[in-house]
Amino acid sequence: MSGATNPPPKPPSADDDAFKKELVGLIPHLRAFARTLTGDPTAADDLAQDAMMKAWDARASYQMGTNMKAWTFMILRNQFYSEKRRSWRQSQLDQEAAERTLVAVDDPESPVALDELRLALATLPEEQREALILVGAGGFAYEEAAEICQCAVGTVKSRVSRARKALQATLEKGGYARDGRAAGDAMRSILADADRLSSVRD
Amino acid sequence: MGLNNSVRVATVLSMTDQTNPPGKPPKGAGLEEARLRQQAIGVKLRHMFDEVVNEPVPDEFLDILRRADKRSSGEGGA
Repeated sequence: MSGATNPPPKPPSADDDAFKKELVGLIPHLRAFARTLTGDPTAADDLAQDAMMKAWDARASYQMGTNMKAWTFMILRNQFYSEKRRSWRQSQLDQEAAERTLVAVDDPESPVALDELRLALATLPEEQREALILVGAGGFAYEEAAEICQCAVGTVKSRVSRARKALQATLEKGGYARDGRAAGDAMRSILADADRLSSVRD
Repeated sequence: MGLNNSVRVATVLSMTDQTNPPGKPPKGAGLEEARLRQQAIGVKLRHMFDEVVNEPVPDEFLDILRRADKRSSGEGGA
């Protein structure tokens, strides 16, 4: 470049730096959301990387100071569904793949109840699962979750509520059984585990 | 709050263990118990999500972003 007569009104690199810093801070959350959508760690990281790059490329359309977390989650979610639409056949396999992975992930170190919960989550309809994850685990308000899912707030509320009921019913009745253990044990181990977690927390 | 919850969850656990005749939950306790179960599920859900959040981010992510940043900052003069 030549003569530095007058500086550009908005130095793009400063904006980019701020954007990048915030985006980097969101990567762990994008990974977690992607993991719950795909159920598969490798596919999840691919998805999270795609979403990260989409967000980066679209940074000009993002207003600094607004909710970047919700914005990137929306990008990730759209990416997930557009990939699924492109390969509708694969989408039919997703459920099976998810359950296979969830079982494969089964490591002796992780508490049993977590696996039961993952399996139960995998049996929920997709839109209920994502709503429950966003509100129940991701810490989003109903309004933010509605923005991410591009639907009405009331729709999110009813999805979350149905998801909670279905999850509890699955865990209590046992829609599945594993390792020869009665599936009814799932709720008990979750109660015991939550007990342990919440007493550790304070 | 966590401590309070844990005491109550323990109560439900012992209720489930001893006083529940198979088939029929005690009246009145049903609603409270359902609420506690939902709470427990909530704790586990957050835990599951946070586990991934707390994982170290694979280097790949930052590498990709770094490359994109270089590209876009116009260092195209190869």
